[in-house]
Amino acid sequence: MKDNTAEKKSFFDRLLDSDVMISILVVILGFIVGTLLIAIVGKNPADMFSSIFDSMFGMARNNGTWNFRYIGETFAYSMPYILCGLAMGLPARVGLFNIGAEGQYIMGMTAAQSVALLVTPFPGLWVFCIIAALIAGSLWGGIVGILKAKYNVSEVVATIMLNYIALYSSRLISFQLPGATTYNTATLPAFSKLTKFLIPTSNLNVGVFFVIIAVAVYYFVINKTKLGFAMRATGFNKNASKCSGISTVKSITTSMLIAGAFAGMAGAIVLLGGAFPKGRIITGMDNYGFMGIAVSLVGNNTAIGNLLAGILFGILKQSQSLMQSRNIPKEITLIIQGLIVVFISLRSGLEIIKQRRNTKKLRKEALSK
Amino acid sequence: MNILTQIPTILMIVAPILIAAIGGMFTERSGVVNIALEGLMGLGACSAASTHYLMEAAGYGRYSLVIALIVGLAVGLLFSLIHAFASIDLKADQTISGTGINILADGLTIFVAQILFNADRTREYKIGMLTDKLGLYPTAYIAVIVVIIAWFVMYKTAFGMHLRACGEHPAAADSVGINVRFIRYSGVMISGALAGLAGGCIVLTQTIQYTSGTIGGRGFIALAAVSFGRWTPIGVTLAAILFGGAQAMAVIANNIPVLSSLPSEYFNILPYAVTLIALILTSGKDYAPQANGIPYEKGAS
Repeated sequence: MKDNTAEKKSFFDRLLDSDVMISILVVILGFIVGTLLIAIVGKNPADMFSSIFDSMFGMARNNGTWNFRYIGETFAYSMPYILCGLAMGLPARVGLFNIGAEGQYIMGMTAAQSVALLVTPFPGLWVFCIIAALIAGSLWGGIVGILKAKYNVSEVVATIMLNYIALYSSRLISFQLPGATTYNTATLPAFSKLTKFLIPTSNLNVGVFFVIIAVAVYYFVINKTKLGFAMRATGFNKNASKCSGISTVKSITTSMLIAGAFAGMAGAIVLLGGAFPKGRIITGMDNYGFMGIAVSLVGNNTAIGNLLAGILFGILKQSQSLMQSRNIPKEITLIIQGLIVVFISLRSGLEIIKQRRNTKKLRKEALSK
Repeated sequence: MNILTQIPTILMIVAPILIAAIGGMFTERSGVVNIALEGLMGLGACSAASTHYLMEAAGYGRYSLVIALIVGLAVGLLFSLIHAFASIDLKADQTISGTGINILADGLTIFVAQILFNADRTREYKIGMLTDKLGLYPTAYIAVIVVIIAWFVMYKTAFGMHLRACGEHPAAADSVGINVRFIRYSGVMISGALAGLAGGCIVLTQTIQYTSGTIGGRGFIALAAVSFGRWTPIGVTLAAILFGGAQAMAVIANNIPVLSSLPSEYFNILPYAVTLIALILTSGKDYAPQANGIPYEKGAS
């Protein structure tokens, strides 16, 4: 009997210790509350889940046939989420909260469309558009890194400010591009667009390969390089790292440079791989950057976690149009995502529970002796 | 074109930013950062707009404005409790729960509009707030009252002193018997209530319905005003006037010959750029409350 209770306790403890389990739990909790909300307002939660299911597996429910376009769109939507998740995740490893993926994304997109419209088109132009986006996003992230590392400016406030500076700068720059009207520029040359991939009816494009490379780079940098070690060390204890000869300035700045490149690439992929033929003059945020925060939190800042969480968010985004056509307000997906982030912030409450359990256990042991 | 004739427009835009910024000041002085101001303003604006439309349609026209503002305030306060619980009781990362509320607010406001009005926005009401003889909206007076009360509470009451103590050194405050948890809860709830009120002020003066773009970053401008105004009522007020003025210029510059050739984006950038530069310039000195953003752990130090 004594063994039995010990085993039970260890299962619960294992649950508390496992980040993966808690992430899954948090996502399920978000869906439960979302489902309840749908039921409370008198809609049918089954319609919500069928929309999500169809986006995942590409089923056209009304006539029972397969529609692979849904899967293609799901993965197309996942790409910017995954990249922005990585943009949040890498600085998080160094102990930075990068709310600035949105701005880095915007600068990447702006650079990509500037190159696309200003350079005389030639085959392979899109490669240079993506490189331009990488550089622009990287610089925009790097500013934050330098401000944080050298001047100790709060990265949270700095990135929020830079997001809006990016938004309006993008407008100012894009107004100067050929064919600029109030909402868009001239049509982007065909050479700048990303080639469709696998499912030609959807927007799925060769950007997928860049996303896979980005995830691999992220995994490699974090886990296998000296730089990654320095970053994680800085994140764990800045002062101790400094004492042991790690340049915290370098790890903070590099993490933001790489993060900015990820987010910048997301901007380029959305612009060049999307269905919209023209360059964009944005009036607001696309919110991929903000959602990247949620993606990274759900994925625990790991490469694989980010990938899976990004796909989950892609599924939700794609299911929005299906939901709306099935009389479910599509904003329920935003609510679920918001709830997931709120629940993740409650995760620290588990630490308190863990502590209490430990104290109790110790007390019991001490008393029994 | 006389700039004086534009003062009502400027005040209309400054007022909500100022109200929200004062709320932000209270929560940060108590030691909790609340980046959810943006989302809380959205929730307040949406509920105020919905309330006003529904009551106007039911024939309670003029009285409903006050009730709409109160509803906005109450909704903002209610949702700020999530942030308070997460950041004070559970010692969560305050940026994460703030981000969560912002995303949640984006979804929830339009979701409610879809349920109530079958559209991605609230339905247009006929008459919003009206201006007085001076051409000013009531929101300008509300903002002035909020600032005066805020100054009085912050510097002339025991509560204000306790609030400031909790933001600087919660352990010391605790040791002399101040209830840190109560004070910080109050700080966050004040910010939620004022953000909700500010959202209501925006929607009832500057537009006729709530859409996903109604707030448009003004919660973040308020947040910038708090740090640029160095966490004091007077500083925050001046910062809000500067930032709100810049926002207003983006709207009215077209009517001013010298400025009409300048793209409005320059004025839009101003608050963010000024705050960023100020942060860099003052980076050596720290004006922020010492314990701002750090959860207080009883008996830890």
